Amino acid sequence: MKPVKNGARRMGRYSAFDLARHGVARNGWPRAWHNHDLRRAYDVVVVGGGVHGLATAYYLAARHGISNVAVLEKGYIGSGGSGRNTAIIRSNYLTPEGVRFYDRSLKLYESLSTELNFNVMFSQRGHLTLAHNDSSLRTMRWRAEVNKLEGIDSEVISTAQVKELVPYLDTSSEARYPVLGALYHPPGGIIRHDAVVWGYARAADSRGVHIHQNTEVLGIDVAGGAVRGVATSGGKVATPVVVNATAGWATLISDMAGVAMPITTSPLQAAVTEPVRPFLGPVIVSGSLHVYLSQTDRGELVFGSAVDPFPSYSMRGSLDFIESLAGHVLELMPSLAKMRVLRQWAGLCDMTPDYSPIMGQTPVEGFLVDVGWGTYGFKAGPVAGEAMAQLIAEGKTPELIAGFSLDRFMRGELLGEKGAAAVGH
Amino acid sequence: MILIPCPHCGERNVSEFQYVGEALTRPNPDGVDPEQWRSYLYLRSNPAGPTVESWFHRAGCRRYLKVERDTVTNEVTSVTLPGRGGPQP
Repeated sequence: MKPVKNGARRMGRYSAFDLARHGVARNGWPRAWHNHDLRRAYDVVVVGGGVHGLATAYYLAARHGISNVAVLEKGYIGSGGSGRNTAIIRSNYLTPEGVRFYDRSLKLYESLSTELNFNVMFSQRGHLTLAHNDSSLRTMRWRAEVNKLEGIDSEVISTAQVKELVPYLDTSSEARYPVLGALYHPPGGIIRHDAVVWGYARAADSRGVHIHQNTEVLGIDVAGGAVRGVATSGGKVATPVVVNATAGWATLISDMAGVAMPITTSPLQAAVTEPVRPFLGPVIVSGSLHVYLSQTDRGELVFGSAVDPFPSYSMRGSLDFIESLAGHVLELMPSLAKMRVLRQWAGLCDMTPDYSPIMGQTPVEGFLVDVGWGTYGFKAGPVAGEAMAQLIAEGKTPELIAGFSLDRFMRGELLGEKGAAAVGH
Repeated sequence: MILIPCPHCGERNVSEFQYVGEALTRPNPDGVDPEQWRSYLYLRSNPAGPTVESWFHRAGCRRYLKVERDTVTNEVTSVTLPGRGGPQP
C-alpha cells in the first residue's frame, strides 16, 4: 500500500461499491482524518479526543455550522475512557430525567452508522440485570414501570425466562446468589467503541474540524473572568470557548481555569478472555456480584466491575481485582472455569458525589465542562456531544442537561441516580 | 500489591484498609454559611501526585491513620496516627 500524503486526498463516502472498487484496485484507502498545523485561533477548543469531545465537535460542525473547532488530545484519540469501557449501551435508568437523557443517547446510537457513514457495529442483543434478592427485584419492578412510562422497552422477567435467554447461567436454587428474576431491556446491547470514536473523528474532520493528537493542554488563559486562550505543547491558541471533555483529568484541566470540582478520580478495571464460539446472547449484569459481562462479535468475553475502592490516577491492573472478578463470574456461569483471561486493564473514572455528570457553564465565562462521567460516560457520548454543541451554539443550557449543572452542589440540589447504576459504586 | 505500613501492625496489603477521604479540616457548622459547608462536603483537590488522606485499618488495628500517598504511583510515603504529628511507633 502506498503511503497517502497528508491531506492529498479528500475522503469520499464509504459504500459497498467503494469497498468492491478498493478490493479490486488495492490502491489503499484515503486517511479517515488528517493532521493539521495548530491555528493561532479557534472559535471553540475542545479538550479531550474521546467520544464526548469528538461528538461535541461533530455536532457543532454538522448541526450548527461552527467548524473552526480544535479537538486537543494528549495521546491518540480514544486512548482514554472511550477505548477502555466495556461498550455497554442501555437506557433503563431509575429517574425519569435519567431515562429520557440516556434514551436520547440510545436513539442517536441507533442511527449513528448512517449519520456518520461509519459502521459502529451497534448490536442490540438485549440487556439483563439479574435480581438475587427481594429488594433488588422490587427496585427492578420500579425501574421497569418508570421505563415503560417513558416509552422504553423494559420489563421484569422470571427465572425460567432468564434461563431461556441465557442457558449457560446457573439459575438453580443451589447457587450462592440464586437468580430470582431479571430486568430485561431488549434495546440494550454493545457497540464497537473504537468505531464510535473513529466515526465521529472522520465525520468531524470532513466538516473542517481540526483534530490535534499528541497535543497536551498545559494551561488555560483566563482574564477578566473569561477564557482567552489555551497553552498547549504545540503552542498557544486564542479562543473564547474551551470545553473540558476529559475523563480522568477533569480536575486537573478545571484547575487550570481556576474552577474547583467536586470530583475524585478512581480506576475501574476490566478484563477480556480468549475468544470462543458464540454462546452468550444478552449482556449480563449482576449488582450483587459486582460484575457485568458480554460476548463480543469476535467471541471474547468482556468483564467489568465496580471502581477501585480508593482514588488513584494509576492505570495498573491488580491481582485482587482479577481474583474476585473470576470468582463472581464463575458463580454465575460455572462452566467457564477453563476460560483463560487474555488481558486486563483499567480506565480512569471521575466520580461525583451524586453519581451524575457535571455539564454546562462554570463561573468562568467560556469555560464549559462535560465531565464527572463516572462509570457511565460512554453510553452518553452522543447525547452529551449534541447538548454541549447546542449550548455553545445557542448560548443557552438545553433543558435535557439543566439538572447536571455545576452549581447544583452549592445549591444543595444533588441528583440521585446511584440506585440505577449497573453495579454498586 | 500496594502495601501500607501501619504504625501498629506493620506492612499490610491495601485490601485490609478502607479509604476514608482527603484529610480535610471540618469547619465549625455553626460558624459557616451553607456555601462554605457544601464546599467542605463536596469539593476535593483530587491531585495527581502526593496527597494526605485518612485511611481506616478495617482488618487490623481498627484505627484511623493519616496516610501520605502519591496518587499516580500509589507509593505510600508516610503513615502516622492523626492529630499527633510526626512519625509514630
